Amino acid sequence: MSGLAGEAIRRFKENRAAVIALLAISVVVALALVGPWINPNDIETLDWRHLGSPPGAQGAHWFGTDRLGRDLFARTLAGTRVSLGIGLVASVMSLCVGVGYGAVSGYRGGRIDNVMMRIIEILSGLPLIFFVILLTVIFGRNENLLFISIGAVGWLTMARIVRGQAMSIRQREFIEAAVASGAGAGRIIVRHVIPNVIGPVIVYATLMVPQIILFESFLSFLGLGVQEPRASLGTLIAEGAGEMEAASWILLVPGGFLAILLLSLNIVGDGLRDALDVKES
Amino acid sequence: MEPVLCIERLSVGYAQRAANLEAVQQVSLAVAPGECLGIVGESGSGKTQVFMAAMGLLSRKASVSGSVRFAGSELLTAPPSSLNRVRGSKLTMIFQDPMTSLTPHLKIGVQLAEVLVRHAGMSWRDAWVQAGLMLERVQVPEHQRRLRQYPHELSGGMRQRVMIGMSLLCEPLLLIADEPTSALDATVQAQIIDLLRTVREGIGMALVLISHDFSVVAGLADKILVMYAGRVVECATAADLLSHPRHPYTAELLKCVPTLSGPRLQRLPTLAGQPPRPGEVSAGCAFAPRCPRAADRCRSERPPLADSADSQVACHFPLSS
Repeated sequence: MSGLAGEAIRRFKENRAAVIALLAISVVVALALVGPWINPNDIETLDWRHLGSPPGAQGAHWFGTDRLGRDLFARTLAGTRVSLGIGLVASVMSLCVGVGYGAVSGYRGGRIDNVMMRIIEILSGLPLIFFVILLTVIFGRNENLLFISIGAVGWLTMARIVRGQAMSIRQREFIEAAVASGAGAGRIIVRHVIPNVIGPVIVYATLMVPQIILFESFLSFLGLGVQEPRASLGTLIAEGAGEMEAASWILLVPGGFLAILLLSLNIVGDGLRDALDVKES
Repeated sequence: MEPVLCIERLSVGYAQRAANLEAVQQVSLAVAPGECLGIVGESGSGKTQVFMAAMGLLSRKASVSGSVRFAGSELLTAPPSSLNRVRGSKLTMIFQDPMTSLTPHLKIGVQLAEVLVRHAGMSWRDAWVQAGLMLERVQVPEHQRRLRQYPHELSGGMRQRVMIGMSLLCEPLLLIADEPTSALDATVQAQIIDLLRTVREGIGMALVLISHDFSVVAGLADKILVMYAGRVVECATAADLLSHPRHPYTAELLKCVPTLSGPRLQRLPTLAGQPPRPGEVSAGCAFAPRCPRAADRCRSERPPLADSADSQVACHFPLSS
């Protein structure tokens, strides 16, 4: 493959750590998706015969149970689904809204840029925790609020990054040549500006997902996010932290999943940055 | 015959903190259909600014006044949508640096075909075939393979051929070539000039050739216009201007062109002094400080661009022809 994408894929494949990390993410995602089918236990059934039993000891619960006898594997996978979902919402928001917004702002410049950037500054001036608490107070406790609030602010930094890139690309001669060939502003943004910022965008998106997952865990840990009996990695870890001395697996299983996910996403992000770092010609 | 491009009293200024910098002052020129007009001047003489203004490519900071009519319609006041119908189809421009004028992430064929899809309403399939034929016409070897390559896989000369090909796709009435050979080495330069000559004869389009190099312009131009410090100082047919320059600046510039015949010189002749910086205003002729023929009148009174027979010159004491 001679294309630019082919070149990037080849470089990525040479990076062994990144490939392994990508595999690890795939395994975690696959487990989270098919979990309910391969595991006979659900997240809320209490098993009175196995209260707080360690992993592997009883055949029915692969990763053991928590203090109330709920299957830890099922709960961890459910938590992973929530975390991945939030990561996905944030990255889709930042890819669709953030990239478009930043490219228009950076390319048009002048007054339009000024107004668009002030709007971003106002939005990013809102303290996120305060925002979430406010939403919780108004709408009551609801998991979807977490998605809404993270979606609402997740694209701001991306928009800033893309704007900066677009401003420098606007000065390049192929943009001038495109204007001279009769291309309109919208066409230039879609065809010439956005494809040229895609490298940093992909890298930032991969590095942002772990941040968002961590933030969700943090909110849930504080009791602002996902509520019992539903689970997220954050609530599971909060629960496990209390039992750390007596039953360490209640902390270690969800903690391990979170650690693998975050580490892998970061390594993949770094790998992509190296692979997409195109030296001109 | 109605000129294809007619620029009248065009001025381009940039507002600075204190003063308004005049990059182009009261420039008027006309290009007849099929004619090749050469524009010569030093860096900063405003030769590129004139045509960037005509194409609507100047930054928002520039204030432009005057009139630019292309094929009978005014360009300066035209809205972007109607400007975009003209640019790239009937009025095209190629730039100095072919290395950076092509979008790096799109295949050559896509970039060429898109012009036809947009301006001529062709299907992608037809446009792709036409793009291949055009590459053949601008003498790109292995044109079918080149269509599928990215800009960085082509050499500089090849990329300039692609740019020329792209500008010719819609059979333009006028091609503006802004220093098309300055970034290329000497042998490729000659090939590109040859190519421009061939394609111009092929479709009978007009050509504006902007250069700081007389030898590039001399081989192609029917008419040559010399600019200095944002103004036209002389305009005449190529033959007249090259053999009998009337403005001292033109004459001095021509002396600087190295020749192959004649005695070998120890030093190449140069033009003493610097052109005035933008914003440096003088009441008289801008060239007076460097002019060997300057008199008091030159320093106090600016010479108008005077018509005589078939040439124009802005000098109080022109050289006799």
